[in-house]
Amino acid sequence: MLAILLTVLFDGLAYGMLLFLISIGLSVTMGMMGFVNLAHGAFAMFGGYVATTLMQRAGVPFLVTLPVAFALVALASIVVERLLYQRLYRRGPLDQVLFTVGLTFMSVAGITWFYGPSQQPVVLPAFLQGQVSLFGLEVGIFRLFLVAVGLLVAAAVVLGVERTRFGAKIRAAVDNPVMATGLGINVGGVFALTFAIGSGLAGLGGALGIQILGLTPAFPLKYLVLFLIVVSVGGLGSVGGALLAACVVGVIDMMTKYFLPEIGSFIIYAVMVALLMWRPHGLLGKKS
Amino acid sequence: MTPSCPPSTAEAGWLRRRGGEIALWLAVPLAVALFLPEYYLLATHVAALGLFALSLDLLVGYAGLLSLGHAMFFGIGAYTAGLLAVHGWGEPISGLLIAALVAGLVGFITSFAVVRVQHLAQLMVTLGFGLLVFEAANRARWLTGGDDGLQGMVVSPVLGLFEFDLFGQTAFFYTFVVLALCFIVATRVIDSPFGLTLEGLRENPKRMAAIGTPTAARLRQAYVFAAVFAGIAGALMAQTSQFVALETLSFGLSAEVLIMLLLGGAGHRYGGLVGAAVFVIARDLLSDLNPQYWQFGVGGVMVLVVLFAPGGVLGILRSLRQRLLPVARTSTAKAAPATPATKGGAA
Repeated sequence: MLAILLTVLFDGLAYGMLLFLISIGLSVTMGMMGFVNLAHGAFAMFGGYVATTLMQRAGVPFLVTLPVAFALVALASIVVERLLYQRLYRRGPLDQVLFTVGLTFMSVAGITWFYGPSQQPVVLPAFLQGQVSLFGLEVGIFRLFLVAVGLLVAAAVVLGVERTRFGAKIRAAVDNPVMATGLGINVGGVFALTFAIGSGLAGLGGALGIQILGLTPAFPLKYLVLFLIVVSVGGLGSVGGALLAACVVGVIDMMTKYFLPEIGSFIIYAVMVALLMWRPHGLLGKKS
Repeated sequence: MTPSCPPSTAEAGWLRRRGGEIALWLAVPLAVALFLPEYYLLATHVAALGLFALSLDLLVGYAGLLSLGHAMFFGIGAYTAGLLAVHGWGEPISGLLIAALVAGLVGFITSFAVVRVQHLAQLMVTLGFGLLVFEAANRARWLTGGDDGLQGMVVSPVLGLFEFDLFGQTAFFYTFVVLALCFIVATRVIDSPFGLTLEGLRENPKRMAAIGTPTAARLRQAYVFAAVFAGIAGALMAQTSQFVALETLSFGLSAEVLIMLLLGGAGHRYGGLVGAAVFVIARDLLSDLNPQYWQFGVGGVMVLVVLFAPGGVLGILRSLRQRLLPVARTSTAKAAPATPATKGGAA
């Protein structure tokens, strides 16, 4: 019984890491620019389709598709941000919601047109398949890999924001964009680059998550609610908060699926509402 | 349409302001009955969803509250009316009132939580409540029929006189009359000091608090009000189609009604109605071709509306009118006599 519990716990953590990878960009862009980007899941989906297309059509190995997915989605997102999103920064949240949901619908329909509505396959390399014994616990190697990637990215993001010059510019632009501009920081450029990195990470998460989350054109709508839960419960713009919330959401979701399937998603929604009542700005969010 | 002579009494002023509107409300059902009787079903959908969008407008357009879970009240109203009709209470008007009451009660209970938070948290709390109710209805198969929907409704004739017919004539007129009554109430509320308070809260909640408005209480009242209207809309939908689908509670419907409202123009009394008409008719035309065309098309329209027409269809009409007519025409509904050169084009 304990072994099952620990296995489910670990699976939940791996699942949470995927949620973290995809949600962190959403959290940062919403926290920084105050832009409600509900099309974020579409970026993750594009990452997934880039990976599966490369693997199936060109025989590119799985691990090589990951950085490509990151780079292509990041590039595409810069184009979208400069062409479209930056026109809407001064608009209200409702316009932003409508606009980004519209983009999501278009991408869902477009992907269905090209790839059909069915689930995309993924072939993991042999060394990522199977189980390995870790402290007497049998865990899937791929899930271990996911946890490692998630923690690495979290560490890189935290270090990048806290310790680099670019990170300092981001923090300055978030705290006071007018003052940051006055100090000679190109706030628009900082936002664009941050947005691209966040979207790239979503693309990476989408590519890594093909096996566990599944990849169909409905992906952005199916998981949107979970990403939003992670962002709001974690606290806008908080890297640590997003990591914590993603792990909590991942573990609770996995636990309820295993042990209480008849209650379904009930618990996760109830927990979210309760947490937001307790801390409206999220677990680690700043009061604005 | 209306004579351009200055009004002599307050009564004439009222007629002048509302005359065109009343004519419109009489002309639309007449036109449907005379020319488009094969579209009764579609027109009924437009009327019910229009009322639903109007209820959301009170929140989003006037009070400035954000909601991603408004379908909760629509669905609760639909299931209440549906369950009553399944279990022998087929009288439609009392069913409508009970549905409104239940939706309002749920609105009252949840309003405390919704008003406590702002911005993203408010979106998420409303979304969370909506998802909770959806899951509850999905699991309670013994009561709601789960994802098969609620079947076996038997609805009695309206007022004991008008049987619901196969062509949907009764359904249409019943829905339209209820919509008209609700619209009058909504107009009165919007024009009242309470309505003005809501607009103040949308524009600047801090200042409203500073001048002594009990902000949380006012927002809660608006929320309950919107819940009641949404419940009535849902009950109308259930009674006229004699079926309740689980989708009436879904996040998808919450998003759709938001789209309708913004498509028509939020913060305008007719925004929800125009948006619902455009949305439902377009879906009927396009989804026959191919569901992907519809999804791509609606996404594209949403993008274009936000980029180029932030006020929705009514916003476009307003700016067209301002461009085509002299400046003096834009100051409508004022007692002061307009310039002599006024011809047609009622406000």
